[in-house]
Amino acid sequence: MSKLVLEKLAQKFGAAIVETHSDHGDDTARVTPAAWKDICRYLRTDPALDFDMLVDMCGVDYPERGATNERLEVVLHLYSIGRRHRVRLKTRVGDEDMDDADLDSVTSIWAGANWFEREVFDMSGVTFKGHPDLRRILMYPEFEGHPLLKDYPAQRTQPLIPYRTEAEAGLPLDKLAPFREDEGMSFGRKAWGTPGEGEPS
Amino acid sequence: MAATRTVAIEGSESGFATTRFEDMLNWARKYSLFQYPFVTACCGMEFMSLASPRFDLARFGAEAPRFSPRQADLLWVVGTISQRQAPVLKRIYEQMMDPKWVLAFGTCASCGGFYDNYTTLAGIDKIVPCDIYVPGCPPRPEAVMDGLMLLQDKIARGDRTPGIVKPRTDPALTTIRKKHTEDDAR
Amino acid sequence: MEPLDLELEEGELELPSEPMHLNMGPAHPAMHGTVRIVLELSGETIHKADVQIGYLHRGFEKMCERGTWAQVFPYVDRCNYVSPMLNNVGYALAVEKLCDIVVPDRCQWYRMALGELARISDHLTCLAAMGMELGAFTPFLWLMKGREMIYDILEEETGARVTHSFGRIGGVAHPPTAGFKKMCTGVLPRVISLVEEAEKLLLKNRIFLDRVEGVGIISKADAVALSWTGPCLRSTGVSYDVRKAHPYLKYDEVEFVVPVGTGGDNLDRFLVRLEEIRQSKSIILQSIERMADEGPVNVDDPRVMLPEKESVYTTIEGTIQHFKLIMEGAKVPKGEVYSYTEGGNGELGFYLVSDGTGTPYRVRIRPPCFPIVGGLGKLITGRMLSDVIPTFGSLNMIGGECDH
Repeated sequence: MSKLVLEKLAQKFGAAIVETHSDHGDDTARVTPAAWKDICRYLRTDPALDFDMLVDMCGVDYPERGATNERLEVVLHLYSIGRRHRVRLKTRVGDEDMDDADLDSVTSIWAGANWFEREVFDMSGVTFKGHPDLRRILMYPEFEGHPLLKDYPAQRTQPLIPYRTEAEAGLPLDKLAPFREDEGMSFGRKAWGTPGEGEPS
Repeated sequence: MAATRTVAIEGSESGFATTRFEDMLNWARKYSLFQYPFVTACCGMEFMSLASPRFDLARFGAEAPRFSPRQADLLWVVGTISQRQAPVLKRIYEQMMDPKWVLAFGTCASCGGFYDNYTTLAGIDKIVPCDIYVPGCPPRPEAVMDGLMLLQDKIARGDRTPGIVKPRTDPALTTIRKKHTEDDAR
Repeated sequence: MEPLDLELEEGELELPSEPMHLNMGPAHPAMHGTVRIVLELSGETIHKADVQIGYLHRGFEKMCERGTWAQVFPYVDRCNYVSPMLNNVGYALAVEKLCDIVVPDRCQWYRMALGELARISDHLTCLAAMGMELGAFTPFLWLMKGREMIYDILEEETGARVTHSFGRIGGVAHPPTAGFKKMCTGVLPRVISLVEEAEKLLLKNRIFLDRVEGVGIISKADAVALSWTGPCLRSTGVSYDVRKAHPYLKYDEVEFVVPVGTGGDNLDRFLVRLEEIRQSKSIILQSIERMADEGPVNVDDPRVMLPEKESVYTTIEGTIQHFKLIMEGAKVPKGEVYSYTEGGNGELGFYLVSDGTGTPYRVRIRPPCFPIVGGLGKLITGRMLSDVIPTFGSLNMIGGECDH
């Protein structure tokens, strides 16, 4: 892939571009969070670059980088239909407890960013400043926590309605299941904080 | 719960008329199940195949899907139910009128499948009583027809204990048996 | 309300009115079971629409972090469950890009043929469901009959009708069966003839045309800004198809045309998909003609491929290789990659982050229908309530993919 995009970025923004690489043919640039929106606007409006489509936005959690305020890496993929080139833009926000995980929203630049940013907020906890409607999209509003963070246990459920008890069911609820709760799996449910059947959550 | 209605007919001490009436009611119920297909995920593809001309569901009397719970008596829970969808499912179940049955179509509806995580309900029997479990990911349409026929038998007997659809014969034994006869033939 | 005994002129009397809130809830036949649209209506006209997804969120990305690279294939199958082979191939290509592996030619043709069969079944399902929701039940039955024929081929090849899990890193699970080419050449003309019959029923029908023509219009600029890809984007006039723009596998060696619409309405999306079925048939026939009948179908790389069963049972190296690949997973080199293919609904992308171990660090699926459903609110605002049905049907939202 030609290095046009990365060269133009380095030329225009210099210090804000922290590092770049082109592994496996994907041009990538990591930028500072403060320059995020300006760089995005430049990529959208510059006629030689013309990135008119926001392809994807996601968050990747690196908990060991929390000490340097770089825990959550927000990754943005852009594509230009006219010029057929792509770029990946990354930035890092958030400390160990995911405080200060703020980033400017790019919904004013690409309308499609609306739902992608809602998803990053929902799954990883990054707050987008200036987003018209920042609320959870895949999880329900009563859910607490951000599931894709590495310290959210995968099996901790937060049920919306209480489960049936044996008394209601009229027959032992483990009558059909071949495995009991502590059989088969190497870790038990209690460790993940899921309330047992009939227990208050 | 199946509504049991006893009809007293003068002169029938043995209860002949009541049992025949129950049988007739159950026969009518089992061959005219109005299904509410609560379709969410991949099992929906097999459900569509079931409704199609090849694996015809109409011949079991269970063709007519009623998209209102008020008009349905069989709730097909097809596909994964997430924690977010659970209150909706419970509400639909509560809106149905007795007698009603629930068929868990697929592994995700029966036990959560391999989605052992924060967002999946590990089986619909955690929130609604379930009559038939059809395992499979997705189950072949023939397996689901087996499940429907099992449900029809249960309705005919007035049996409310839950049942799981299992293969008719143990596949391992079948193979060994076949090999044995091939050796014999030689 | 004002008292009625006042002298008022006709035009001055105003009745208080407020918009009605209607919930087209997740349990709705036309919502494909997993989307909730909260509408603010005035009469039948929609003033505001809030599309809520997430009722089928199954934690795909979190589940991928708990197994090995090869254990992702069953999860990825169930994302777009109407064209699972395309998902398998897309994910396999992503991991292979990260490992710098290129599969043999025979495998590339085979993956293309299976992928296009899956694409045909995806489009058949979309068209059938769209017709059925508008009341046309017969084309649904005919197109389902066509889809059953494709399921037969896929069952013969992969062992399963719907969720095959047939892709592997470095190839596919089994080589093509002896009868694959004959089955394809025999079945595809029958599928096309069924499609033609369904077409005759629908495309000249006044009711169908009135409900889809001119409804759900979106402009080129809006579609691109909303990150639409695939048939929905091509129906607006933008001819972006990943198979032509950035060819992968052997798509640059087959001849096919990418259908592009003009108006961006429901009818255009319907017609684009209809034409894509025919183009897919042509791609399949060309692929199976070029596919060799013998030769290796998987790459011979011990880092990712399981050894032959005989060597696992007889040699120690085979046993160890097998054990390490199954228990620890293929050690994919450290790095990140974004790999994209043309899925049933558009650009299906996988962004993989590897930390050098056998367990993925992050698997991100870029679902093509996620931004498309994001644009649904814009499409239905200002239209009538009954326009939601064909519009939503023409977008082909697949819950497993949209909510991943």
